[in-house]
Amino acid sequence: MKIRPYGDTLNDGKIQLSFTLPLPCNAHGEETAKALVQKMGIHDVQIVHASPLNATFSFYIVYGTTHHQIDPTTITVTEIDSDTLTKSEIEAFIATHFDRPITFIGASTGTDAHTVGIDAIMNMKGYAGHYGLERYKGIQAINLGSQVENETLLEEAIKHNADVILISQTVTQKDVHIQNLTSFIELLEAEGKRDDFIVIIGGARINHALAKELGYDAGFGPKKYAYHVASFAVHLLKQKKDA
Amino acid sequence: MKLNLNQTQINRCRARAKTIADTIQTFIDQSTTVSVERTILRFLSIDGVNPLDVPYVNVITDHIIAEADLSLGVAHYLSLAIEDTGLTPQEIAQAIDQKQLSLKPYQTKTHPNHSLLYPTIEEQLNRVNKQRRIREKTLAENPKKSTPELYVIVATGNIYEDIEQALSAAHKGADIIAVIRTTGQSLLDFVPYGPTTEGFGGTMATQENFKLMRQALDDFTTSHQRYIKLVNYASGLCMPEIAAIGALERLDMMLNDSLYGIIFRDINMQRTFIDQYFSRLISAYAGITINTGEDNYLTTSDAYEHAHTVLASQFINEQFAKNALMEERFMGLGHAYEIDPNLENSFLYELAQAELSKAIFPNAPLKYMPPTKHMTGDIFKGLIQNALFNIVAVTSHQSIHLLGMLTEAIHTPFMSDRALAIDNATYIAKAFKDFSHEISYRPDGIIMNRANDVLHQAETLLKTIQEEGLFTTLEKGRFAGISRKLNAGKGLDGVFKKAPSYENPVMTRLIERLKEGNHED
Repeated sequence: MKIRPYGDTLNDGKIQLSFTLPLPCNAHGEETAKALVQKMGIHDVQIVHASPLNATFSFYIVYGTTHHQIDPTTITVTEIDSDTLTKSEIEAFIATHFDRPITFIGASTGTDAHTVGIDAIMNMKGYAGHYGLERYKGIQAINLGSQVENETLLEEAIKHNADVILISQTVTQKDVHIQNLTSFIELLEAEGKRDDFIVIIGGARINHALAKELGYDAGFGPKKYAYHVASFAVHLLKQKKDA
Repeated sequence: MKLNLNQTQINRCRARAKTIADTIQTFIDQSTTVSVERTILRFLSIDGVNPLDVPYVNVITDHIIAEADLSLGVAHYLSLAIEDTGLTPQEIAQAIDQKQLSLKPYQTKTHPNHSLLYPTIEEQLNRVNKQRRIREKTLAENPKKSTPELYVIVATGNIYEDIEQALSAAHKGADIIAVIRTTGQSLLDFVPYGPTTEGFGGTMATQENFKLMRQALDDFTTSHQRYIKLVNYASGLCMPEIAAIGALERLDMMLNDSLYGIIFRDINMQRTFIDQYFSRLISAYAGITINTGEDNYLTTSDAYEHAHTVLASQFINEQFAKNALMEERFMGLGHAYEIDPNLENSFLYELAQAELSKAIFPNAPLKYMPPTKHMTGDIFKGLIQNALFNIVAVTSHQSIHLLGMLTEAIHTPFMSDRALAIDNATYIAKAFKDFSHEISYRPDGIIMNRANDVLHQAETLLKTIQEEGLFTTLEKGRFAGISRKLNAGKGLDGVFKKAPSYENPVMTRLIERLKEGNHED
C-alpha cells in the first residue's frame, strides 16, 4: 500500500512549502522558485505568494503535487521499548526495587543558553501539567542550568554519585549540538566512566534513533515529559542492578 | 487611571525598593572590580591587543594584580607612571607587555597626580557626548512613531552577514536591531578585539563590530530618513567595558541587568552589582537606554504565579538606575508575555500585567518580550501567539516591542521568519492603533483585579526583601526559583575592596557632568 500526502482527496499528493531565495522579487525570481520546486519532485507548482524581503532577497509560499509516494509498511522506527509509568508508579517502582534515592543530574551543555528543556524535565513545576523530577519521591534531581561544560557536568555527576545524566540541547545552530553531544560520550569513554551512568539526551531536535547513533542510552524529543524520562531510567537501572 | 491602582501603595513599593537599592549601594561604593578598572583604562584611550590577542587593558590589570595591588586603582599607577616616564597610557601598556616597564615601584608611592589623566578622560567623554548629540539630533529630524518600536535580533555569528540581515529587517520596518552575542561571551573576562566572523548563536561584541554595524545603519538612516537603533549587551563579566565602547560607538540600547547575570549566568553578585553601577553611569551619560531582564524570570518560573516577582524586580531596577543618575526615559524595564496559552483568559492576564507595568512606570520605555516558553514548533499556532502578544503590546503602549518569531525554539531566525514577524506586528499596530482609547476596563473585572493582586503581591515581596536584604533574597532563590550565594559564582576573584586612597577619576567626572545636567563640551 503506497500513500501520498493528503490535501482534500486521498493520495492527491498536495504539499506546501515556503522558502527564501537570494534573488530580487520579480518574474525571474518566481520562475526560479518554481523550477527549484519541480526539481524536488513536485508538479503543478503554484507560487501563491511572493514578496521581497529586501532588494536582493525574496520569499515564496508554494503549493504543488508530489510525484513521490511511499509504502508506510517499509518504515521502521527506533522506539524506546520500556513501559511508560505514571509519576506514582515510578515512585512505587523506586521504593520497591531500590533502597536509596535515585540521583538525576542534568544540564543544558556547551553553548546552549536555553534552560527551557532541562527545566521542563527537572524542575518542581515541570511542563504542561506534568511535574518535574524534583517533585518525585525517591528521586534527587540536580539541575546545573545552562552553558555547562561537558567536563563540569561529568565532574558534578561523579561528585554527586549520580545514576542518570540528562543533557538538554534546545536551540542549536549549524549542528553544533551534534559535536557537543559526541564529545561528551568521548569524554565519558576516555575517563572509563561510560558504564557508571545512564546517559539520556533531550531536545527539540533529538530523537531516540539519533541518541543511539551517538552512543547514548536514550533520546527524548518534543512532547516528552519527566515521567517518560524517569520510566525509561528506572527500568534500565533495575536491569543494570539485576545483571 | 485605567486600572484604578492605589497610588499610595505604589509609593510604598518605590520607597521599599529605594531602601533595598541604597543598601546595596553602600556596599558598591566600597569596592571596585577588574572590569571597572579596565573601563577606566579604556577612557584613558588604551586600545588594541598584544601579539597573543590579550587586550592591553587586561595586560595592565593582570600585571598590577600579579605584581602589585589593584585595590589602589589603575589611576594611581597610571598617574605616577605618566609623571615618571612621560609615556602615554597606550605606550605604558605596550612597555608593560614587553616587560620594559613594571608598575610595582609605584605601589608604595603616594599622592598620584590624577590631573595628568583628566585631559584624556575629558576628551573621551566629549566623544561620548558628541555621539549622544548625533543620536538626539537625528531622532529629532526623523518622524517619530506613536506605536511601539519594533525590535528584532540578528544572530549569524558573522558581523558582515549580520549587517545584511539587519538592513533587510530595517527595510521591512524594524526600528531596533539587536546583535545577539555569541553564547558564552558573558562569561569572558575580556572584550575580544576586531571584526569577527565566527560565533555560535550570535556574534562577538567587539568595538569594531559595533562600529561596522553602526556605519551600516547610519547609511540606511541617510537614505531612508529613519533612525535605526542598535542594541548590544552591557552584561556579563565585562559589563562596564562594553557600556564604554557602546557609548563611544553610539549604540542606542544596552541589555544591562545584574540580577539577570546573577540568576541565569551564575555571575557573582558582588562583582556584578559593582560593575552595573559604573556601567549605568556611563549609559546614563551617553543617553543609552538600558534593557533589564525581568522577562527571563518567567521563562523559568510560571508566568501567572510569579508575575509579582517581575514587578518587584522592576521597582528595584528602577532604583538602581536612579542611583546611577539615569533619567526615567532611559529605563527600559523588562517584562514578557509568557503565560501558558492553555490557561483560560490568559490574554486578559497578559493585558493586565502589561497595563500594570505601563501605569507604574509611565515614563520608562518598557521592554516587552514575546512568548518563548510555550512556543512549540507548531509555527502556525506560534504566529497566532505572537499576534495576541502584539495586540497587548499596542494596546498597552509598550515602547520596545521585541518581535516573536514563529520558529522560536526551532532555530535562530531565518530572514523570512523575521520578515513575517515584522509584517505581523505592523499589521496589528495599524489595525489596533487607537483601540486603547476606545476601551476602559470594568471595575472589579478580571483585568483590574488581576493588576491589583499582582501589585499587592509585589509589595509583600518587596517588604520581605527589604527586611532580609537583597543578597539574602538571592541566596534564597526568590527570583526565578534559582539560589545564588554571596561568595560563589563567576568573577568573584575580580572584586577588590578599595584602598583608602582609591580614586576613579572617570566616575568622578561622569557624576559631575551628570549632576551639572548639561553635556556641554
